[in-house]
Amino acid sequence: MGEEPATQDVLSLSDLELPGVQAGRRHIVSILVENKPGVLARVAGLFARRGFNIETLAVGPTDDPTTSRITLTLDGARHPIDQVTKQLHKLINVLKIRDLEPEETVARELALFKVSTDEDTRAQLLEFADIFRGRVIDVSKRSTTVELTGTDDKIEAFERMVRPLGLIEMVRTGEIAVARGRAAT
Amino acid sequence: MRAVDAVMECLKAEGVEAVFGIPGGANLPTYDALYDGGIRHVLCRHEAGAGHAAEGYAKATGRVGVALATSGPGATNLVTPIADAMLDSVPTVFITGQVRTDLLGTDGFQEADITGMTMPVVKHSIMIQDPREIPKAIHEAFHIARTGRPGPVLVDIPQDLSRADIAYEPDDRIALPGYKPTTEGNVKQIRLAAKAMANARRPVIYAGGGVVNAGAAAELTELCTADRFPVTLTLMGLGAFPAPHDQWLGWLGMHGTRTANYAMDEADLIVAIGARFDDRVTGKLSEFAPHAKFIHIDIDPAEISKNVPAHIPIVGDAKRVLPKLMREYRALETDSSRLDAWWERIRGWQERHPLAYEDSADSEIKPQYMIEALYEATGGDAIITSDVGQHQMWAAQYFHFARPRRWINSGGLGTMGFGLPSALGAQVACPDQTVVCVAGDGSLQMNSQELATCVQEDVPVKVFLMNNGYLGMVRQWQELFWNRRYSGVDMKMTPDWVKLAEAYGATGIRASQKETLVDTMKRALETPGPVVLDVHVTKEENTYPMIPAGQAARDMVG
Repeated sequence: MGEEPATQDVLSLSDLELPGVQAGRRHIVSILVENKPGVLARVAGLFARRGFNIETLAVGPTDDPTTSRITLTLDGARHPIDQVTKQLHKLINVLKIRDLEPEETVARELALFKVSTDEDTRAQLLEFADIFRGRVIDVSKRSTTVELTGTDDKIEAFERMVRPLGLIEMVRTGEIAVARGRAAT
Repeated sequence: MRAVDAVMECLKAEGVEAVFGIPGGANLPTYDALYDGGIRHVLCRHEAGAGHAAEGYAKATGRVGVALATSGPGATNLVTPIADAMLDSVPTVFITGQVRTDLLGTDGFQEADITGMTMPVVKHSIMIQDPREIPKAIHEAFHIARTGRPGPVLVDIPQDLSRADIAYEPDDRIALPGYKPTTEGNVKQIRLAAKAMANARRPVIYAGGGVVNAGAAAELTELCTADRFPVTLTLMGLGAFPAPHDQWLGWLGMHGTRTANYAMDEADLIVAIGARFDDRVTGKLSEFAPHAKFIHIDIDPAEISKNVPAHIPIVGDAKRVLPKLMREYRALETDSSRLDAWWERIRGWQERHPLAYEDSADSEIKPQYMIEALYEATGGDAIITSDVGQHQMWAAQYFHFARPRRWINSGGLGTMGFGLPSALGAQVACPDQTVVCVAGDGSLQMNSQELATCVQEDVPVKVFLMNNGYLGMVRQWQELFWNRRYSGVDMKMTPDWVKLAEAYGATGIRASQKETLVDTMKRALETPGPVVLDVHVTKEENTYPMIPAGQAARDMVG
C-alpha cells in the first residue's frame, strides 16, 4: 500500500489520545446546497432532529444559479458541532459546509427598526442612526423606520439604544458571511 | 415513450428481476407499464409487506430491493419499511405514485406528502417535477441506495408526469456533486491501527452489519485470523465471521454472551468495523469498555465518534480497508503469545458462562430447544429471517451462522411483522435455498396476510412459529422490571394457525412434543409450498443472559 515499508515498531496504547472536541463558541455555518425544492426543509429538519437550536438562518441564491447558500448561526456551547456537520454532509443535495472561524470571516446582517417617534424623539433617533450609519427608509407622523447593516453585535447595540424610545418592531435577516481573503467560502 | 415505460427500462438496466408492490390510482401508469415490462411483480397484500419483502430481497443478496405503492395510504404504509431500511442500512428503492400535479397541495384524494413525512428516514428522496427527469432519478436512486452506506431512496412520481411522453435514451451516468463516499481509508491511519493492534494485550474485534453490507466477511475472517484476535459480532453482523469458530466469542450486547460482553468490558483495544455502538450493544455508555482505546472503521463518517469517541478513526469501505490493515499487521510480525493470558481469561468465561437453558423434564418444548432443533433439522443450511422479540434473540443465540446474508432480521428499528414478508423477499431472490421465518405469535399477526402472497406466487417459505400466547419480550420486561404487572401482553385469543395456513392454501402443522420436533420440522421443510409450523413452547420463559437497559456489561443477569 504505502510508499515506505511498514516498520515493526509498535504503538503503545497509552499514547493514543482522543482528538479535541470543539465546543463553546458561537458558530456561523455556511452551507452550499443544490438549488432544488425541499433542500431547506432537509437541512432545517436535520438540525431540529439532532437537538440544535438555530439562532439565525438566511437563504439566498449565489453567483451560480444551480446552487443556493444557507447561512446559519448556532450556539455551539451546548453541543459539539462536529456531529451535525457530519450529518449535514450526508444530505445528497449539500455540496459544501464551512464552519467559519470568527476571526477569518466577515459577517453582516440587515435589520429594520420601526420606532415610535414624535417630533422630540425623532431627532434623537436620527442621531443614533447617524452614529450607527443607519438610514431612514420610512417616516410617518408617529413612526420612523431605520435600516441598519452590520454584525449582530452592532445591531443588538442599536436595539438597546432605540428600545427606550419606543421600539414598535424589529425585523432581522440573520447573518450572511464570507471567508476573508481570496479563497471561496 | 411514456415515462413509466422508461422506468421499466431503467429498472432492467439496474438488474432488477422482481419488484414487490400493490397498485392503486396514482400508480396505475406504472402498473400498466409493468404488465408487459419484463419484470416479475410480486403482488403483496399490504404495502408494509411489500416494503419488508424488498428488504428481505436486498438483505439476502446485497442487490437493491424495490417496492411500489400508490399515493396516500399506499405510500404511508411504506413508512415503516423505509425507516427499517434506514436503520439497518438496507439498499432499497421505493417508487410511489403521487396525485396529479394540478392536485398537489390541495388535500386531493389519496394525497399524502410522502417525501415530506419520510425525510428523516430516507437516505435520499426525489420528488419528480418534470417527466424528463424520471430516468435520471431512477438511476440516481439505485446508485445512492447501493453505494456508500446503503439505505432507502424514495422516488415519488405524480400520476400525470408518469404517463407523459418523453424522449428516452439509455443513459445511466451519475452526476451527484454532493455525494462522494470515501471508500479507501487513510493509509497513515490504517498503519497506526495495525500498530495499535500489534501492541494490544486484550484486543477484541467487534464487527457489525457494515461488514455484511460491504461483502467483506472473507476479509474480516482473514484479518481476525491473521493473529488470534477474539471476535464478537453485533446482531446485524451475524455470519460475517463463522460461528462456531475457535476465536468466536458469540455476539454482544443486551442478550449476547457473557463472554463477549465481559471481553469488551476488560478489553484494552476495541476494533469496531462496520458497527455503530448502538445502545443495545453498549448498555450504559459511561461504563462501556472503560479500559479500551477504540479503532473505528466505518464508511459513514457520521458514525465515527457519535456515541463512543474513536482514538483511531478510519473512514472507508471494509472491503477496501481490511485487506490493507491485514497487510500492515502481518508486516509487523508480532508474537501472538502476548495474547495467551487474555485467551486464558476468555476461556474461563466461556467455560463458566456458556449459553445455556434448563431443558424441560417432560415433552414440553422450550423455545431455546426449538431453535436448536431448527439448527439440526436444517443442518444449519438455511436463510433464517425473524420477527422481533424473544424468538429473535433465541434464534440469534442458538442458530449458528457460518456465512453472511443467512440471518435476516430487523435490528435497528425492531419492527414486529418483519419476518414473514422478508422471508418472502429472500425466497424470491434465492429460490433454491431453504428460507425459514422464525416468527413470534405477536409478530406474525402483524403481517400474516403475506401468506396469501407466498401461496399465489408459489414462494415456499417455511414459517416456524414460536407460539407462547404472549407478547413475550414485553412480558419478560414486565416480569423483571414492572412487578409482574402483565399489562396488555396476554393474547388470550390467537388464531388456530393450522386452520389459518389452510385457509390461505398453505400447509399447517402443529408441534407440541419435544421428542418428535426435529422430525416434524424435517417434514415441514420437505413439504412443497409455504408451510406454517405452529410450535407450542413454554409460555413464560425468559431470554437470558441480559444486560438490563441502562446498565453496564458486567451487570449481566441470568
